[in-house]
Amino acid sequence: MSIDTPRLRRTRTAARFVTLVLGALVMIVPFLYMLATSFKPNALAFEWPPKFIPDTPTIANYVQAWSANNFGRYFVNSAMVACVTTAATTLLAAMAAYAFARFRFPGRTLLFWTMMLGLMVPGVVILIPQFLVARTLALTDSLSGLVFFYVGAGMAFNTFLLRGFFERMPRELDEAMDMDGAGPVRRFLALYLPLSRPALATSAIFAFLGAWDEYTWALTTINDPDKYTLPLAIAQYHGQHATAWGLVFAASIIGMLPVVAVFLLGQRHVVAGLQTGAVKA
Amino acid sequence: MTAVPTTVAPRPDQAGEPPRSSRALGRSRWPAASGGRPRRRSRLVAYAFLAPAFTLFVIVMLVPIGKAVQVSFYDWLPFPGAENTWVGFDNYAQALGDPQFRLSVVNAVVYMLVTVPGQIVLGLGVALLLQNRLPGRMVFRVLFYLPVVTSWVVVSLLFRYLFATDGGLINWVLVEGLGVVDEPVAWLESRWTAMAALCVLGIWKGIGWTAIILLAGLTGVPRELHEAAAVDGAGYARRVWHVTLPALRRTLVFVSVMLVIGSFNVFISVLLMTRGGPAGQTEVPLTYTYRETFNFLEFGYGSAVAVLMTVVVLILSIGQMMVANRAERGE
Repeated sequence: MSIDTPRLRRTRTAARFVTLVLGALVMIVPFLYMLATSFKPNALAFEWPPKFIPDTPTIANYVQAWSANNFGRYFVNSAMVACVTTAATTLLAAMAAYAFARFRFPGRTLLFWTMMLGLMVPGVVILIPQFLVARTLALTDSLSGLVFFYVGAGMAFNTFLLRGFFERMPRELDEAMDMDGAGPVRRFLALYLPLSRPALATSAIFAFLGAWDEYTWALTTINDPDKYTLPLAIAQYHGQHATAWGLVFAASIIGMLPVVAVFLLGQRHVVAGLQTGAVKA
Repeated sequence: MTAVPTTVAPRPDQAGEPPRSSRALGRSRWPAASGGRPRRRSRLVAYAFLAPAFTLFVIVMLVPIGKAVQVSFYDWLPFPGAENTWVGFDNYAQALGDPQFRLSVVNAVVYMLVTVPGQIVLGLGVALLLQNRLPGRMVFRVLFYLPVVTSWVVVSLLFRYLFATDGGLINWVLVEGLGVVDEPVAWLESRWTAMAALCVLGIWKGIGWTAIILLAGLTGVPRELHEAAAVDGAGYARRVWHVTLPALRRTLVFVSVMLVIGSFNVFISVLLMTRGGPAGQTEVPLTYTYRETFNFLEFGYGSAVAVLMTVVVLILSIGQMMVANRAERGE
């Protein structure tokens, strides 16, 4: 570029940097303030001027959030639901994707597009009939019911994502294994699964985040407080102690920790997954 | 969670198309187990691999989609063994004539008209800023994406707290920090200020997603075009307008379709941040449906509203894609 002197370029980079810092502050300040409030006694939740570093920090909210109200139980419920959902979603979607990507069979295109239909229907819209189906199958008010529906709801997207990945794998590898006498099952286990680890990671991360954060379906089907997941418990905390913001946010932050950990560890996969298929959390 | 099978990459999506070229090369390219009837056996294997996923999909998605349509034509009672009366289009007529439903649709449309352009403009800004090399680029990416991965429950409660009238952070910034208003604003206590707060949350949570998708689209914009335009003396703004945006069109269409669908899906934030209040003034179609269905057990009516919403969303999405295609052909 003719007009780009190094000095001009530096100024421009600095301007971009400052703008991004301001933007990032807008993104992060709400979280920082939430963090601050979680360490404040309740009386100071609405102190004026607001303080981002509490004068008298206390961990009382965390202690109370964790010990009272069965919180450990909710955490374990969420963890179990999210982990089983993640494993089942990834495995079953990978199997379906393998079938679509590497086999020819009657109805292949029809079945694929039928599944894709599932992506276009807004989620909450079929909540009512899903509830009716769940009741018929006796899957309401149970954690396995949650898993069942989370896995089913995730099939379309994850199959789509993994199928794209499998189709781009070189067919020569298949042929080489074919000559060695490996059947389709062995090829899937020994070739496709190991080689598609990045795609499987993307799929697993989305399944985990989705199940961990899910609220609407759990709200609709779970009644027994012993079976609450974290989002239900946090919303419930807010309902019960409408003014105990410190407590609500302490619970929220405990609930966010696994999400942030998974996100930071798998950040590159999240980005890659968004860019191939695109999903909205 | 919504998702749509559109690749962001600028190449045409080939989903569902069998790779014809390899088929032409002969059957041996397709895996077939050794043994007497390789073809049939390989079919069976394929169905076996597909069966669990497809069965789950049918139970969890396909049957409910059909059932939603069916239930919407009945006065449906949610008790096992109850007798349900066929009422034809009564539920639909009732919905269209219901002022509360119409109000909820207006709210959703307002929410869409504010949050979709808001997310696209700001997300595009962030994407353009992050496009080139910059110190801390990865950190910025994480920070902008953090609201996206945080659950709606947490951010909705958080924004309810930030928008509190007395002692809320937003009011403090407006009154003391910037001095643009004299009195704290009672954000959640009247319809339009509450809608504004909901829109701020929607935009704030979605910028990171939009930016990441657009960033992916930007990698497909040919650098030479940019450089040629720069040599011709076009400034940065003109290059973005005449080079970047046209090349991004496919991605922008995808993003706006997704955001429009998402904006009609707004639910948890309304439920937890304003609770539809004050007095149902910020109700959106899904909170309305939810309340009618599960609080008043109007399953048939709730389903009719849900089906109407789906139809509206599908028409909007297909319309957007058709307009975009026509614009592309017109060139």
